[in-house]
Amino acid sequence: MSFVFLIFLPILAALFVPLLFKKMRQIHTGWFVLIVPVILFIYYATLLPTTAEGGQLVSSFQWIPSLDIAIVAYIDGLSLLFSLLITGIGALVVLYSVFYLDKNREQLHNFYVYLMMFMTAMLGVVQSDHLISLYLFWELTSISSFLLIGYWYTRDRSRFGALKSMMITVFGGLMMLGGFVLLSIMGNTYSIRELAAQAPELASHSFFTWALVLVLLGAFTKSAQFPFYIWLPDAMEAPTPVSAYLHSATMVKAGLYLVARFTPVFAVSGTWMWLVAGVGLFTMFWGSFFALKQKDLKGILAFSTVSQLGLIMSLLGASAAGYHVEGAADSVFKYAAFAAIFHLINHATFKGSLFMVAGIVDHETGTRDIRKLGGLMSLMPITFTIAMIGSFSMAGLPPFNGFLSKEMFLTAMLSLTEFNFFSMDVWGLLFPILAWIGSVFTFIYSLFFVFHTFAGKHKPDLLPKKAHEAPIGMLVSPAFLALLVLVIFFIPNQVGDWLIKPAVAAIQPFLYAAPADVDIHVSAWHGVNPEFWMTLGIFLIGGLLFWTLRKWQRAYDRFPDNLTLNRLYDNFIYLSEGGANRFSALYMTGFIRSYLVYMFGFLVVIVLSTLFLTDAFVIRTAGSSPVGFYEIVILLALIAGTITILIAKSRLIAIIALGAVGYSVALFFVIFRAPDLALTQLVIETISVALFLLAFYHLPKNSKTEERLGFKLGNAVIALGVGVTMTLVALSAHSQKVLPSISEFYKETVYSEAGGGNIVNVILVDYRGFDTLFEIAVLGIAGIAIITMIKLRLSRKEGQHENK
Amino acid sequence: MEIIMSVAIGFLFMAAVYLILSKSLIRIIIGTGLLSHAAHLLILTMGGLDGTAPPVVADGVQVADYVDPLPQALILTAIVISFAVTSFFLVLAYRAYQELGTDDMNLMRGIEDRD
Repeated sequence: MSFVFLIFLPILAALFVPLLFKKMRQIHTGWFVLIVPVILFIYYATLLPTTAEGGQLVSSFQWIPSLDIAIVAYIDGLSLLFSLLITGIGALVVLYSVFYLDKNREQLHNFYVYLMMFMTAMLGVVQSDHLISLYLFWELTSISSFLLIGYWYTRDRSRFGALKSMMITVFGGLMMLGGFVLLSIMGNTYSIRELAAQAPELASHSFFTWALVLVLLGAFTKSAQFPFYIWLPDAMEAPTPVSAYLHSATMVKAGLYLVARFTPVFAVSGTWMWLVAGVGLFTMFWGSFFALKQKDLKGILAFSTVSQLGLIMSLLGASAAGYHVEGAADSVFKYAAFAAIFHLINHATFKGSLFMVAGIVDHETGTRDIRKLGGLMSLMPITFTIAMIGSFSMAGLPPFNGFLSKEMFLTAMLSLTEFNFFSMDVWGLLFPILAWIGSVFTFIYSLFFVFHTFAGKHKPDLLPKKAHEAPIGMLVSPAFLALLVLVIFFIPNQVGDWLIKPAVAAIQPFLYAAPADVDIHVSAWHGVNPEFWMTLGIFLIGGLLFWTLRKWQRAYDRFPDNLTLNRLYDNFIYLSEGGANRFSALYMTGFIRSYLVYMFGFLVVIVLSTLFLTDAFVIRTAGSSPVGFYEIVILLALIAGTITILIAKSRLIAIIALGAVGYSVALFFVIFRAPDLALTQLVIETISVALFLLAFYHLPKNSKTEERLGFKLGNAVIALGVGVTMTLVALSAHSQKVLPSISEFYKETVYSEAGGGNIVNVILVDYRGFDTLFEIAVLGIAGIAIITMIKLRLSRKEGQHENK
Repeated sequence: MEIIMSVAIGFLFMAAVYLILSKSLIRIIIGTGLLSHAAHLLILTMGGLDGTAPPVVADGVQVADYVDPLPQALILTAIVISFAVTSFFLVLAYRAYQELGTDDMNLMRGIEDRD
């Protein structure tokens, strides 16, 4: 089956969403939409046995063959894992949204169309093997994210957040495109697999580091890494199902996917490892540290997502170490990639459920402000249980899946101290230390999230609504995710065999030929080792700090507001908007004359430079027709008429002089043997002069007193330029005939083919009949416009004219 | 002859552009009229002014030296269109003067300030 078309299933389904919304109002549109991710999930699940054995599937269709652009769907362990996440979490989120979004008040047709668009985009990102189609889908995720964040578009904060995320992620996307172009130049292919195959040769290319940095900029902006993370907290203005889906489970992981996918290409570079692992780990620390400053439930989750993404990013960076160490497949360096994928799955489960919990709390109490919440434990027991499972998993407590991947994360970070390339032996110790501090804060904010919402004193008078347990339908999705959190803890090795090892084999093809080669067994207890002591330290120190949280949390308010990255972004936007506005005000003056000056100026510059740059300017006197007496006389009359117009004080004289010029032109037509033109020109000129004289009665005096000398001089310079240009063009056109004229054809065939004698007339009505048709159309349009204008009365004068 | 004509055409263009750049509406309209004259002569000259017989095949008898008919056909179309444009401009000027009480382009400037 050509599964490449399945990528487009959601967006095709989206075509029917508005119809269903309009016609079937009594049924929530979400129920129809739910079918799509479920079908896709089942289909992708049937592919699992193939990838578990290390198989790969390719399906493609040509899109722009002349440019070698195709849409290639490539499924291996990594892309299948992401596809399952996208459709699986997608199905749960759609189910949740059915209860979250009211079918009578919300614009569901918009919502589900955007959501389906996103699903297509995201599937496209993770399955594309072609760089250009990957880029296109990548930007489509940014656009659908923009639309979804701005879903409640009447709110200022929504529009602000939408714009911010768009600016930052699209900036990154463009950088990434640059990296892709460099890669395709280096490798002479658009296929990621082919690029990976020639990775060692690429590394010696001078573009290599540039491509690496540019691709990473794309990944870092999308996955909200420091310092680009600032868009993610503002993206929380989106409806909660969107936050759960895009901004924690899938879209923000596109950056991780990109890094994982390009690890085989870039792992050879030390820059890659330092950047990915370093930025990731610092983001992990930064995000967890500032999560405690947040007052909004979703704000806490946003910062926690930033931090967790950083954690996975740093693991992906550490997995590049396997490339440099002999026999890494059997050493301590094998854990990083496995831990990255494992934590990615775990994060999707527990963070998805936590976002849904935050949505439920918001929905049932009317606020997400953690200072107003508290004591909901007894009122919302099921929600509390789910929240507890999710938070404890996030904190890294057993018996939840977060504990397992967190342990492995510490192992991987500790392994970096044994790595002695790229001056890691000097700085390597920083990694476990930073990881440990980050984990302590992760522990604190996880407890902060759950206990400050559900434990403590209930404050009903601060809540906009009377709190009660959510409807059962709303609890299904988060409960299912929470169940997964528990189940994965008990069967980690099954998950590992089916999902993680195939993905790891795809990230590290230089270590493993098949998923079965990945020799990692996950166990909850592996003896007393450094990881054990670190975990114990996290629990003890974290618990102690959480106990005393009230005493030191206020310190966060001391951070100066005007030194934040957000302020930097605001200023940048403010200044660039103002600057662009001022700049365009410089030349968009509102005076028609200015625009005409630009046009004429550019005409002169472009035509003259083309003439001289292409050596087109030629004067050849040979072949000219002889100068005749009558011609000179008419020419003098023409020039005299023109000068009269220029210096005329009265407009009557100007009009008559214009008539004189027109008649001279008609005489020229006579002399140059163009009888039809002469006739037409005479008639038209007569009517024109009559029209001018008619309008003359109404038109104002030819006022020219207010024109200053400088103004006139400027005009004269431009006019002189245009005149000279046209003279040169005329001379060059006359002096060289590059191609033979098609007139010969007309001359020869006019009598035999068209059956006419007057060649000009036959050209007009026969050879080029459509020209004449449209000429008549122009005339008709002008006539209609004239009638309309004469009839038109501006509203403010309506009263006066009706009295006439 | 073509060279003299080229210079004359340049002069016509110059005068036309100078008029179009002025502030007064009526001068702008006269300028556009002049501009179309210049363009017609330019097309004619570009095709070459040689040839002795008008481009009419009388009774099916071909004469060797016809004037180039193609520029003439183009100019014929252009004359009619420039007439349409000129009359449109005239009415526009007349109505604008009636409604706004001025023919100074600077006073007819559109939006004063943006946002």
